[in-house]
Amino acid sequence: MTTKSSKELDHVTIRFAGDSGDGMQLTGNQFTRTTALSINDLSTFPDFPAEIRAPAGSVYGVSGFQIHFSSEEVHTPGDKADVLVAMNPAALQASLKFIQNNAVIILNKDAFTPRNLKLAGYEEDPTENGKLKGYQVYSVDISRLTQDALEDIELTHKEKERCKNFFALGIVYWLYTRKMEPTVEWIKKKFAAQPLWLKANLEVLKAGRNFAEATELFRTSYKVTRAKIKPGIYRQVTGNEALVIGLVAAGEKSGRNIFLGSYPITPASEILQMMSHHKNFGVKTFQAEDEMAAIGAALGASFAGDIGVTATSGPGMALKSEFLGLAVMTELPLVVCDIQRAGPSTGMPTKTEQSDLNQVLYGRSGEAPLAVIAAKSPADCFHAAYEAVKIAVQFMTPVVVLSDVYLANGAEPWNIPDESSLPPIEIHFAQPDKIYEPYRRNEDTLARQWALPGTPNLQHRIGGLEKENITGDVSYDPDNHDEMVRLRAQKIQRIGDFVEEPEIFGDESGDALIVSWGSTYGTVLTVVEQLRREGKKVSFYHLRWINPLPRSLKKYIGNFEKVIVPEVNLGQLSKIIRSEYLVDAVNFNQVKGLPLRVEELKDAINKIIEAG
Amino acid sequence: MAEKVAEQKVEAKIKKSESREVKEDFGSDQEVRWCPGCGDYAILAQMKRVLPDLGIPREKTVFISGIGCSSRFPYYMNTYGFHTIHGRAPTIATGLKLANPELSVWLITGDGDGLSIGGNHLIHLFRRNLNINVVLFNNQIYGLTKGQFSPTSPVGKVTKTTPYGSLSNPFNPISMALAAGASFVARTIDRHTKHMAEIFRRAVDHEGCSFVEVYQNCNIFNDGAFKELTEAETKLDTVIQLEDGQPLVYGKENNKGLQLKGFNFEVKDIRDEKDVSGLHVHAEKTTNTAYAYLLSKLSDNPEMPTPIGVFRKFDEKPYEIKFHEQMEAVKEKKGKGDLKKLFLTSDTWTVD
Repeated sequence: MTTKSSKELDHVTIRFAGDSGDGMQLTGNQFTRTTALSINDLSTFPDFPAEIRAPAGSVYGVSGFQIHFSSEEVHTPGDKADVLVAMNPAALQASLKFIQNNAVIILNKDAFTPRNLKLAGYEEDPTENGKLKGYQVYSVDISRLTQDALEDIELTHKEKERCKNFFALGIVYWLYTRKMEPTVEWIKKKFAAQPLWLKANLEVLKAGRNFAEATELFRTSYKVTRAKIKPGIYRQVTGNEALVIGLVAAGEKSGRNIFLGSYPITPASEILQMMSHHKNFGVKTFQAEDEMAAIGAALGASFAGDIGVTATSGPGMALKSEFLGLAVMTELPLVVCDIQRAGPSTGMPTKTEQSDLNQVLYGRSGEAPLAVIAAKSPADCFHAAYEAVKIAVQFMTPVVVLSDVYLANGAEPWNIPDESSLPPIEIHFAQPDKIYEPYRRNEDTLARQWALPGTPNLQHRIGGLEKENITGDVSYDPDNHDEMVRLRAQKIQRIGDFVEEPEIFGDESGDALIVSWGSTYGTVLTVVEQLRREGKKVSFYHLRWINPLPRSLKKYIGNFEKVIVPEVNLGQLSKIIRSEYLVDAVNFNQVKGLPLRVEELKDAINKIIEAG
Repeated sequence: MAEKVAEQKVEAKIKKSESREVKEDFGSDQEVRWCPGCGDYAILAQMKRVLPDLGIPREKTVFISGIGCSSRFPYYMNTYGFHTIHGRAPTIATGLKLANPELSVWLITGDGDGLSIGGNHLIHLFRRNLNINVVLFNNQIYGLTKGQFSPTSPVGKVTKTTPYGSLSNPFNPISMALAAGASFVARTIDRHTKHMAEIFRRAVDHEGCSFVEVYQNCNIFNDGAFKELTEAETKLDTVIQLEDGQPLVYGKENNKGLQLKGFNFEVKDIRDEKDVSGLHVHAEKTTNTAYAYLLSKLSDNPEMPTPIGVFRKFDEKPYEIKFHEQMEAVKEKKGKGDLKKLFLTSDTWTVD
C-alpha cells in the first residue's frame, strides 16, 4: 500500500455526469446530503436533458449534477467544476465546457468503447490521444470493478451494471473524506423490500471506496472543514419544494384553503405534483385542461373564498394573460407562479432565463398593473410564495411570483423557520349586517372588500367590464374610468408601504452599484464580496418586489459613478431602472440558458469600472 | 342620519331575506340592455320565474357567464354573479364549485362563447360532470359583434364575414354534449316558455352537469332562424317533444311518430293504436350514447322533426363531491396537516 496524504480545501465544485439512466441525479443528491450532514455550506444545480429517454450514450442524453461546497458561505453551485465524474464518453464531451482547465476527471474507462466514442462524436479515444492534456485524468474500470464486486450476487450482468454509480460515489466519498453512513442508511431504507438490490448497492459503494483507498491511482484525499453556519435545523430544498411549502404554510396561516389550478409545463409541473400530496392541509389541486382553465379555476375559487394559485412557465403565462387582466379588473386575490425558462416560444424548456419580466409587468391589454415579487434563491422561494399570498389577500390583487429553472431545480440548505414566527395573514371579509359596496376601498391599502358567495345580503356582480368605483355597477363614464385606472395603479404602489425594503450591501456610495433581481442574487453577491475584499468600491442592491419598486433605491442610486444591471435577458430590468431613475445604467447580459458565472461577471464589472 | 338610513336598509334586507322569495327578488337593479324583441328576455323571465320555486336562496345562487349578448345575464340577476372573459366561464365555474360545492351554479353561454372560443372548456366541464347548470343560448350568429357566422350557423349562411355563404359545417351542441359525457342533456326554445321553465327545473334537480341548449332568436342579425319551430302553424309538425317513457309522437293531430330502422329514425304515420305500439319509446335514463346521439341528429335533417326535452340523463356522483371526499379520505389517512411536520419532512440536520 502506498502512503497517502490528506489536504485541506476551502471549497470544491464537483460535477457528476452520465447517461440519463446512469443515476447521476441520485448520486449527486447522495453526495449533497452527506456533505450537508458534514456541515459544509453548499449549493447544487442539476442539468437535465430535455429528452425523457434519450438514446444511451448520446451527448444530448447526458444528465449532469453540480455541487459546490465549502467551509465558508456558498451562494452559487460554482462556476466551473474542480472535479468531473464522467460515466461515458458523451458525459465527458458534454461536460468539458463546464470544468476548470486543470480539473480532476474520473472516468469510467469501460464505457469508452468504439461505439460509445462514436456516439459522443469522438473519432479517437480522448484518453489516449493527448486531448485531455492539462487535466488530471483518472481512468477507472468502474463497470468491470462493479461486476467483480457483485460476483456472488444473483443479479444479471445488466442489473449489476446499474449499480456502478455507487462505485463512483464510493470513490468520491474517499477523495473528499466523507462518511458513508448517511448513504448506507439511505440504501437500507430505500431497498428494504428488495434485499438483493440492498446488498448489491451497499457492496458496490464500499467497493468504490475501498478501491480509491487501495489504488495507487489516488495519492491524496481532501478535506473541506466544517463551515460556520447559523445555528438551527436545516434541510435541503429545491426552489420548487420551497415554493410549495410556502404556499401550504400561507394557507394554514390564513385559515383559508389554497386552490391550485395548474396545467403541466416544464419546469412548473412539479409544483402541481407536490401540492397534490397535501390535501390533508386542505389544499385543493386541479389539473386543468389548459393554461387558461388553470388560472380561470383558480380565480373562480378566489371568488368563492379560497386562495387561488396557478403555476406555470413563460408560454403558459402568455396564455393566461387575458385572465390576469380579469383578475386585475375584478380585484380578487390570486397568486401566479411563473417558473421562467429559456424562451421565446418553446425555447429551451429545461434551461434557465430571466426573460419573463417584461411579460409579467406589461403583457396584458390596457393599464393592468399587478404586483411582482422575485425569489432570490431556492430556499427563498418559500418566503416569496408566502409573502405573495399575504399581499394578494391584503390588497385584493393578483401577485406574480418569479422563479426560474435555476432556482426551481437548484437546491441549498434551508434554515427551517419556527412556524409560529411566520407573519400573520389576516383577512377581513365583508359582513352580512353591513351595506356592501363591492368597490369601496380600504383607505390605507385601497383594497376592496372580499364578499363571499353564500353570504346573505352581499349579492353582487363582478366582471371584466369597467365598474363604477364604490358601487361596482357597470360604468362607461369617462371620469370614472380615469379614476379607476389610477386607483388600480396606486393600489399596487401602496404595497410598497407594507413590505420590507431591500438593504444595500456595502457602502451607500462608491464607484459602482450593482442592481439585480431574482436568481442572479447568489452570483452577484459572490462577485461583490470578492470585489470588496479586493478593495473595490462596489455595492449591491437586490430587488425583491419589482412592482412596486422599492423606495430606498432612489436614495442610493445617484451616489454611484456607475449603475450596473446584470441579467439573464437582454436588459429588461435595466430599461426600468433607466426610465424610473433616469440613470445611465450599464447592462451585463448573457442569455445562454445558464446562470451567470462569477468569474465572467467579475471581469465585466471590473472592466466597466475601469472604463470610468 | 346617513347611518340610520343605512341601518334601516340593512334591516329591510335581512327581513326580506327571511321571507319567501318571489320572482322580483331575483331581478337586479340594473337596466336590461338587450335589443327590444330579443329572445334573451324570455329566458331571463323564465329564470326569474323558476328560481323562487326551487327553495335555493339568492345568496347561494351564482351566475357565471363568458362574453356575448347572453353573457350579460348575471348583471340582471340579484344573485352573486361573475361576467368573465370570452369562452372561459366554465373554468371560473369549476373553481367556484370546487371551492364551495354548496353553491347553486349557473353558467350562461352562447354558441360563439361556448362552442367556438370556449369549446375546449365546455367539453371538459361535461366530462368531469360537475353539478353545474349550463344554459347555452344558441342563436346561430355572433350578435354582440354585430353579425358574423357562428359555429352553429348552417352551411351557406350569408353573414358579414361570409358574404358568399358560410362553408363550415355547424356543430350540433346536443351531439357534442352527449359525446363529451354530459349527464343531463336537454333542449328548449325561447318561445316555448312553459317548456323552458320545466327544463330549467329539471336541470337544477339533476345532480351532475346539466346542459340545456336554448334556441334563441336574434331578431337583429338572424331573425327567424327558428321560425318553423316557433310559429303556431308549423311548430307541431316540426318539433317533437321528448317525454320519458312515452312513444316518439308529434304532429298537429299527434298523427306522426318515429321508429328505429337500423341506425336511422323513420317517420311513421299514425292511424290507430296499433301504429303507436311500433314507435320507439323515449328512455332518457341511459348512459348509452348511441340512441340519444341518433336523436340529436334529427335536428340536422330538414325532413325530420327537431326534438326538444331531455335527450339523456344518468346519475353519477358529481366531480366536486368526489373531489371533497378524496380530500377527506386523505385527511383521515394522514391526519390533519401539521406545518411543523411538513417543514421537517425529509432529512434534517442541526447546526449548533
